[in-house]
Amino acid sequence: MKLKIAFFDMASCEGCQLAILDCEDIFLHILDLVEIVEFREALSETAPRFDIAFVEGSINREMDADRLRDIRARCSWLVSLGACASHGNVQARSNALSPAENLQRVYGAEACHTVHTDPEYWPLWAHTRVRAVHQVVKVDYHLRGCPVDRHEFLHLVKRLVAGSLPRFARQPVCVECKYNGNECAFAHGETCMGQITWGGCDAICINGGYRCDGCRGLLPGANLEAHRALLRERGLGEAEIDSRYRLFCSADVGPQEAQP
Amino acid sequence: MSNDGHKTWTIALNHVTRVEGHGAIKVSTRDGKVEELKLSIIEAHRFFETFTEGMLPHEIPWIVGRICGICCVGHQLAASKAVESALGLTVSAQSQRLRRLLNESQFLQSHLLHVYFLAVPDYVGVPSVLPLIKTHPEVVKRALKLKHLANEFTTVIGGRALHPMSNTLRGWRKLPDLDKLEQIRARLIDALPDLDATVGIVKSLKIPDFERETEYVSLKHPDEYALYDGEVYSSDSGETTPASDYRNITNEFTVPHSTAKWARWHRESYMVGALARVNNNYHQLHPAAQQAAETLGLRAPCYNPYMNNVAQVVEIVHCAHNSLAMLEQVLNEGLVEEDIDYTPGPGHGVGAIEVPRGTLFHEFRFDDQGRCCDSDAVIPTSQNINNIERDMKAFAPRMVAEMSRDEVTLHLEMLLRAYDPCISCSVHMLDVEFVD
Repeated sequence: MKLKIAFFDMASCEGCQLAILDCEDIFLHILDLVEIVEFREALSETAPRFDIAFVEGSINREMDADRLRDIRARCSWLVSLGACASHGNVQARSNALSPAENLQRVYGAEACHTVHTDPEYWPLWAHTRVRAVHQVVKVDYHLRGCPVDRHEFLHLVKRLVAGSLPRFARQPVCVECKYNGNECAFAHGETCMGQITWGGCDAICINGGYRCDGCRGLLPGANLEAHRALLRERGLGEAEIDSRYRLFCSADVGPQEAQP
Repeated sequence: MSNDGHKTWTIALNHVTRVEGHGAIKVSTRDGKVEELKLSIIEAHRFFETFTEGMLPHEIPWIVGRICGICCVGHQLAASKAVESALGLTVSAQSQRLRRLLNESQFLQSHLLHVYFLAVPDYVGVPSVLPLIKTHPEVVKRALKLKHLANEFTTVIGGRALHPMSNTLRGWRKLPDLDKLEQIRARLIDALPDLDATVGIVKSLKIPDFERETEYVSLKHPDEYALYDGEVYSSDSGETTPASDYRNITNEFTVPHSTAKWARWHRESYMVGALARVNNNYHQLHPAAQQAAETLGLRAPCYNPYMNNVAQVVEIVHCAHNSLAMLEQVLNEGLVEEDIDYTPGPGHGVGAIEVPRGTLFHEFRFDDQGRCCDSDAVIPTSQNINNIERDMKAFAPRMVAEMSRDEVTLHLEMLLRAYDPCISCSVHMLDVEFVD
């Protein structure tokens, strides 16, 4: 029997699900391997149980955490899909202020009072800290990146279909950048997170002319002190270095445990 | 089932969106009359206004693209324009042409996805594109081919299909490869018959018969069909207003059942998006697109919101032909490396652009150190929500009188889907309750 897979989204741009819908050239081939039973971006169907749940997005409210716990109870493997789900992504920068203060800045004090006291709709406005998925439920695998890399998605699905463990290279973006023959971003005056960031993206942002901003999270075992010293030499202050480290990982600052 | 005159239902469609995400529709009827209709937007807020704080000018376009996966290019370009306006930076003709190409490649991606994957299944009576693989394999293969081409188009220009990194303030960090541009041009020419076939499919769809005239708002440009540049035009006033005055255009306000703000301008609500653009700027469409509009029976002004799907097809044809013309120019003239250096500093600016679902506004303010200290974005979907709910309220009594409850549900979903691919797909996760 084909494995049943399902997709869910929390607070996110839904770009990671799009990245998967964008596998046009192999789309029909994927459907030979698995049955997609729930995918709100593309299908009407819903399903009570499934083998793999892909969850995109960060958890910003208790109602979303409840929904996530329900999804966890309905699946065998839960995969966090992309930087929002894995580390909170840029929206977790808002954790610097309280949720109430954030709401007031955007909607104004008067509107906030109205919505917070609305008997029917107040749960929509009851924001908590922005959390990564693994801070609420157990996560079996992380697909990293903003957005995810479709080759890693395919690798994961094929391995699970074959009954073996997915494996992701434990190396920094820097290694893949060298394979691509790029000039180091530091060489043209940029500061780059490639040395300490978990690879697997083929250094796509440096290939495209930019730097690595660390969207895939800190690589376990990376020499952060040496990297910080490098950034200090380039004139970055401590606060700015912290801000760069946390840009995509604000809900989850430290390196994550290695997955099998 | 229908015409019994005593229908008492509550239809609750849960999990529909803000920018992509989650919304819900609730309709209560008693004795055949619509008592209550609410389009709720239940998406969790991501506090974009807070997460840009302290960022340097060139970091902003790259990061705010993360607001929306489907419109990431539009957000990046609107932000680039706003920041450049704040700092008084100039953009070369070459870079402006590349940005127009990047934007139109995103229009192709987004409209193709919406028309083929999200809208067509409704009209054929299937829950998704998947059953069509068996029944209409040639349609699905064409859809995948066109979508793949549009994605590669964005990739070649921007560096990646999602959250592209090559465009920055003032221009391109790394210029597109001319050989790859030539390949895209050849493939676009090769795909023109597929676009004719797309027009043929959409012509065969039976569009629901419903009209409600509203205010149509879009950019307008003296020399071109406005997608990248222009001032904001209202069909009510017949005049354009500078984008920098956007707060007096969108007049945002908050309602408890929607975490997206609502908007209104000259009347209670207005519409942005493909139909608004075609209505306002029909005569500037590429002749091939005007021909497609005629074939499809879309005559401006058109007051049927379901025809937004048809307007998207017209824009697919426009963007394909217009992109071909621009690619030709780029290939003839070549591309030269440009100096894109700039110095961060204080300033304040607004940028507006048309994205597939309507007019998008961004605003940023920078302090003396050149750090972002204030930002705002008004997104097409939040401008449309108010108008969609009013369309629903106008159409629902007739639906309830004439249709079965399944048909009412479908027509409400299709109406929402007609406006916006993100919302439209979200309506799919519905939970329909009928209460006698």
